[in-house]
Amino acid sequence: MKNGKTLAEKIWENHIVHREDGIPDLLYIDLHLLHEVTSPQAFESLRINNRQVRRPDLSIATIDHNVPTTDRSLPNPDPLSIKQIDTLRKNAKDFKVPLLDIFDPRQGIVHVISPEQGLTQPGMTIVCGDSHTSTHGAFGSLAFGIGTSEVEHVLATQTLPAPLPKMMEINVKGNVQKGITGKDIVLAIINKIGVDGGIGHIIEFTGEAIKNLSMEGRMTICNMTIEAGARAGLIAPDETTFNYIKGRPMAPKSDAWEKAVANWKNLYSDDDASFDTRVELIAEKIEPFVTWGTNPAQSAPISGKVPNPKDMADAAARDTATRALDYMDLKAGTNIEDIILDKIFIGSCTNSRIEDLRSASNIVNGNKVAKDIHAIVVPGSGLVKKQAEEEGLDQIFIDAGFEWREAGCSMCLGMNPDILKPGERSASTSNRNFEGRQGQGGRTHLVSPEMAAAAAIAGHFTDIRKI
Amino acid sequence: MKSIKKINSIVLPLNRADVDTDQIMPKQYLKRVERSGYGPFAFDEWRKDPDFVLNDKRFENAEILLAQRNFGSGSSREHAVWGLEDLGIQAVIAPSFADIFNSNCGKVGILCIQLTQKDVDNLMSIAESSEGLNLEIDLADQVLINSKQNTKINFSIDDFLKHRLLNGLDDIGITMQREELINKFENERKDFYPSTKSII
Repeated sequence: MKNGKTLAEKIWENHIVHREDGIPDLLYIDLHLLHEVTSPQAFESLRINNRQVRRPDLSIATIDHNVPTTDRSLPNPDPLSIKQIDTLRKNAKDFKVPLLDIFDPRQGIVHVISPEQGLTQPGMTIVCGDSHTSTHGAFGSLAFGIGTSEVEHVLATQTLPAPLPKMMEINVKGNVQKGITGKDIVLAIINKIGVDGGIGHIIEFTGEAIKNLSMEGRMTICNMTIEAGARAGLIAPDETTFNYIKGRPMAPKSDAWEKAVANWKNLYSDDDASFDTRVELIAEKIEPFVTWGTNPAQSAPISGKVPNPKDMADAAARDTATRALDYMDLKAGTNIEDIILDKIFIGSCTNSRIEDLRSASNIVNGNKVAKDIHAIVVPGSGLVKKQAEEEGLDQIFIDAGFEWREAGCSMCLGMNPDILKPGERSASTSNRNFEGRQGQGGRTHLVSPEMAAAAAIAGHFTDIRKI
Repeated sequence: MKSIKKINSIVLPLNRADVDTDQIMPKQYLKRVERSGYGPFAFDEWRKDPDFVLNDKRFENAEILLAQRNFGSGSSREHAVWGLEDLGIQAVIAPSFADIFNSNCGKVGILCIQLTQKDVDNLMSIAESSEGLNLEIDLADQVLINSKQNTKINFSIDDFLKHRLLNGLDDIGITMQREELINKFENERKDFYPSTKSII
C-alpha cells in the first residue's frame, strides 16, 4: 500500500482550492510572471469582460522577448515591437501590475530575474505564458508554462484548473566528469527519453550529479525539461537552494526566514513515494553534448559523428532525422568536431546567469574569436550584466572579440534584431534548435556556455575537456 | 468559446512527427497584439514549398488536421492554436500531443483526438492517397466515422473537457463561480509567499 508522496504531489495538494470528482483540480497560483508577447490578448479580454486582475501583488511583468540588446538609448527599430512593449506598459499601469521596465537595472529575462530577486521560492506554484517557466522548478517549486487563455484565467482568478500529471523520476547517478555542465546533463537526458518522453509528466531530477550542481546548473536542467515534453521539472530544495535565496531582496527575513527554511525542509519525495516512470543515467558517461538536428533530442557527444538516418529503426525518427540533416546541411558521418560555425550566442533563460558567463569567460580569457566568427554575449538580466562588469568579465569577452550586450531573450528566438541570416550556423547556449528558430533558414547547434566559448575561438566545435 | 458538436470534413494530412509551434506560428508574428487574423501566417515557412500539403487546393476547406506524434511541441504560444483556428481547423488527430498545445486547444475550442499510432497510420495512408479521406467526428458519441469505407473509431476524451467543448463554456466563468473558495484559501494562508508589491 502506497502512503508516500512525491515532492510534486505534496506541492500540488498544498494548493488545491477545490477538488471534485470528474473535473480538474483548481490550483492556487502563488506567483504569475508576465512579459510582452503572451499577455496583450489576455489583458484585452479582461477589459472586454470587465474583469480585474485579482492579485496584482502576486504578479510581476518585465520586457524581455523582443527588446533590442544593443544601445537602449537609441530608438527601437521595430514599430511592432514598440507597440507590444507600450501595450504591456499600459496594461501594467491600468491593472496595477508591477513592471520592471527596460531602463530598470533589474530588467531581464523573466526566468532569470524572478530567482535573482528572491521571488522564486521552494514549495510555490509559479506560472508564466512561456514554456521555459519550468526553470523555477530548480528551487523545488512547481512551475509550468501556460497559454494566453490561461494567463487571462490566472489574472482574473489567481487559480488554474489542471489535472494532476503523472510522476517521473530521473536519477543521474554518480558524479560527472570535469567540464560537464548542467546543459550537457539535460541534453543527455533529452537524448535518452526523446522530445516527447516527458509528455503528461512532472519530472523530478535526483541523484548525486544533480545534488552537486549549483542553482545555475539546476535551473539549466529544469529550464529544458519542457524540451523533453514534460509539464514541469523540479529538484528538491537543500542547503544550496537556501544559500542562493538568503539575502535576496524578496526573500523572507529574520524570524520569517527561519520559519520558511523549516517549512522548505519538508519538501522532498517520501522514500515510499511512487513514480509512474523511472529513468536512470550514469553521470560519469555523460560527455559534452552538441545537437546536430532540428529538435533538442537530435544530439551527439562531442566525440561522436552526425548519425545516418538509415540506421534508425523507428520510421518517424528516420523521417525527422532525414529532414533535419537536409535543413542543417549536414552529411551523415561528419565528425561533430568538424562542424564549422558562423555565429556564437551566449545567452537565453537556459544559460545567461553569472556562473554561465564566468565559466565561458574562463575559456575565452586571453584568446581571440576565430576569423569570420561573429560572437555575442547577452547577459540574462541587468544585474547579471552589472555583476559581470564588476568582475571584469565583460572586458575578457570584448578583448577576445565578442560583443557585450544588454539583457534580453535575444537570439534564442530572434524576436528582436539579433537573428541568424539564412544558411548561417550557430553554436548557441539556448534551448531550441527548431527550424528557423534563430532566424529563417538559420541553423542552430545547442551547447553549454563552455562549449560555445571554445567553439568561438576554434571556429568549429571542440572538446573542452582537452583544453 | 464556440461549441463543437459534429465536424464533417476532408482530412488534411500533415505526415510529420514533432511538429513544433515555431513551425505552426513563426516568432515574427507573435509581435501582434491582436487576437485574430493569424491564419495566413500559419506554417509560413513550410508553405513556401509549393508541394507542402497546405498548398494543395483539395484541402482548402479542411476542418480536420491529421498529424504524427508530439504535435505542437515547444513554445507555449497560443498564437499557434489561433492560427489553426483562423484556418478553420476544428479538430487535430495525432498519436500524441504536447501538453501545453493540447491545453491551449481546449481553451480555444479545438478538439485534440489522440489515436493509436496504427490508427493514425491507417488514416494517414487514406488521407494522402488520391481519393482522400472524409471523416465525420461526433464529439457527443466520441466516435470518428469514415462512411465511405464504413469504419468507425472510438476515441476517449476527458469528461469535463468534453462538457466544455460541447457547450462552448468559458473556463474563467466556471472558476469565478468558486470565488468564495478562493477567498477562503487566501485567508487561510495570508503572507505565506512573497508579494511583488514592494518591488517597485
